[in-house]
Amino acid sequence: MTRAPSVYLDYNATGPVCADAKVAMSAAFDLPGNPSSIHAAGRAARSIIEDAREAVAQLVGAKPADVIFTGGGTEANALALRGIARAMGCKATLCSSVEHSSVIANMTDIDSFLPVDGNGLLDMAVLEQRLKELPAPVLVSVMLANNETGVIQPVADIARLVHAAKGYIHCDTIQAPGRLAFSLSGLGVDALSLSAHKFGGPKGVGALVLKNAMRVTPLFEGGGQEKSRRSGTENVIGIAGMGAAAKAAPKLLAQAAQIEKLRDGIEARIVQSVPGAVIHGRAVARLGNTICVSVAGVPSQTQVIQLDLAGVCVSTGSACSSGKVSLSHVLKAMHVPDEQTAAAIRVSLGPETTEAEASIFLAAYLPIVQG
Amino acid sequence: MPDLNTLGLPKPAAKTRVVVAMSGGVDSSVTAGILAQAGYDVVGFTMQLYDHGAATSSSKSCCAGQDIYDAKRVADTLKIPHYVLDYESTFQKDVIEKFADSYVAGETPIPCVMCNQTVKFRDLLKAARDIGGDCLATGHYVQRVLGQGGAELHRAIDPDRDQSYFLFATTKTQLDYLRFPLGGMRKPEARAVARTLGIAVADKPDSQDICFVPTGSYTDLVKKLRPEAMQNGDFVHVDGRVLGQHKGVINYTVGQRRGLGLGGEVEPLYVVRIDAATRRVIVGTKDDVLRDAFKLTGVNWLGAGDGLPADGLRAHVKLRNTQTPIAATVLPGDAPGAANVVLDSPAEAVTPGQACVFYDGERVLGGGWIARDDAKAFVPHNMRKEKVAVTAN
Repeated sequence: MTRAPSVYLDYNATGPVCADAKVAMSAAFDLPGNPSSIHAAGRAARSIIEDAREAVAQLVGAKPADVIFTGGGTEANALALRGIARAMGCKATLCSSVEHSSVIANMTDIDSFLPVDGNGLLDMAVLEQRLKELPAPVLVSVMLANNETGVIQPVADIARLVHAAKGYIHCDTIQAPGRLAFSLSGLGVDALSLSAHKFGGPKGVGALVLKNAMRVTPLFEGGGQEKSRRSGTENVIGIAGMGAAAKAAPKLLAQAAQIEKLRDGIEARIVQSVPGAVIHGRAVARLGNTICVSVAGVPSQTQVIQLDLAGVCVSTGSACSSGKVSLSHVLKAMHVPDEQTAAAIRVSLGPETTEAEASIFLAAYLPIVQG
Repeated sequence: MPDLNTLGLPKPAAKTRVVVAMSGGVDSSVTAGILAQAGYDVVGFTMQLYDHGAATSSSKSCCAGQDIYDAKRVADTLKIPHYVLDYESTFQKDVIEKFADSYVAGETPIPCVMCNQTVKFRDLLKAARDIGGDCLATGHYVQRVLGQGGAELHRAIDPDRDQSYFLFATTKTQLDYLRFPLGGMRKPEARAVARTLGIAVADKPDSQDICFVPTGSYTDLVKKLRPEAMQNGDFVHVDGRVLGQHKGVINYTVGQRRGLGLGGEVEPLYVVRIDAATRRVIVGTKDDVLRDAFKLTGVNWLGAGDGLPADGLRAHVKLRNTQTPIAATVLPGDAPGAANVVLDSPAEAVTPGQACVFYDGERVLGGGWIARDDAKAFVPHNMRKEKVAVTAN
């Protein structure tokens, strides 16, 4: 059974490796050296890593020395939350209730989760209150852009509150590069997490970027690579790809307006054609590539399966590795009614998305939700 | 009108979307393989029914057990799309909780039938329809035969594999939509097909246990869900003597002889009845366990017409999956879904919670759940003065 060629609209999950990253990775394939070795081959590998480190630092306006390469975004988040809390002696950890599971999983207390409003924005009053109640320093983690809805948090404002209370703030900026201009200093955060594959790099490599003077306790011990903050022989090929993708990110950013226009067109068609359709977070600032839409009555998984069988790849937000679909904790935290949460899908566009693909999506999607 | 394809549908195989319920085992894998090879538009569905990590009492995990991974690997090999559907909450409510309730009430439940009735043939079947499936195929060893009145349920060709007992509750509407490609096959043939298709699970052992109690100890599960069922109570002889204490009604099943721990009687003792309300396990001799009349609830009718014939059905019935069918008369009961069964000759171990399935030769005409005895009405077979009068046709 041959199937229609895929229309890929799941860029918030991941996307293809960009051309520049492919070139850089291909070149790295031919290098035999271990970056820690003192010989020429080792130095050649080291040079790739340090070039990449500079590119990643530049992407977020940080110093190269403050970039720690990790095995992906999940590790970067874990290193931030456990490592900073330990090294800086934090007494408590807080995060928004719409964080990615890799942040949520590092919370130790049921009271760690801060509420959000109906648009998914952090409740600043509750944060302020909690900061007052808790002994300093508190480590707070709030994402820049939500992976399911694209909603952008006022991170700079949050950082001011946290710092006023002598706390530290980590920001999961994994969805932002190439979609949103931001910097470590602009956000005013103490640490931020990146994942290469969300902006044209390969899967399995990420980085934790620290503000000067922030310390982290490593998650595990070993050969002391990455200034003893992340042991293990560096993923030279992956890091080469991440560096190249970071260098190419401004090109992505230049396309963001065009992607947003395409996204807005899709949303307009949905709202116009399906009276019951609800687009989550539409009232506030969002990533321009993301649509989180519910049409109550048609279960998310049925929609995703039908779209897949029609050759269109979208997702239900967060799926677990078995592929099982669970109700979105993000939409629940936003107090979206269950019947809408159970019927939500996420459509996320990328730089390769065309108008023709948008039309194919609409042609497949509308009949499913129109019943 | 185009010719009917091998699934009895009036369109070419490639235009026929068949959803296959894939468990990760050999049989459903072969089912998917046969249909994919025949050119059907096969879509694999696997149900996530419980948290496998929690069920094996290791740490709570988001995800699935080995079977779901196996199903995915098989689907990859067959190059068919495959999806995992989450039925954890409905499985908990409709199968696991009812399973526990049934034990607590002194019955011996069959969770596989409860699952077929609810999660599989209600919810999964609806999902198959929702995604435009023309039919739902499973790896059950039963046959769907098109008769004059529509689809009929028949036993599998292979008597050792026949699963018709577990499918008695399939409704006519469900049966219409279902397909069982293995019903005409023997198990070794299925394994051979698996090898030919390069299916990795070809030599995987058949599943034996109740899927959600992988450790095999259903009592532990019931204990956790319904601690009250573990309370001690009396072993009472049918003659009224209290013989000792038992360890909770869930540990016993009607007809059970072993593990009662009751000595000192001339004849071996069997569990005759379980009275959950008074926590009494009534025991007696082999003769006391014999029954020839009992009631059914939740009857499903698969024969001609809308229900059991008013003047009764002469059929062979199975009271356990492994039992040789017994000649009987089944009469409609006074409540909807109720029936009265009168066996031609008494049988041992008529166990409340198990199914009584009606057969006419190879065909399944329906079945129902064996109801608990009403304590007052209960009279052991050998103490009854007269047999129930039966109108046989």
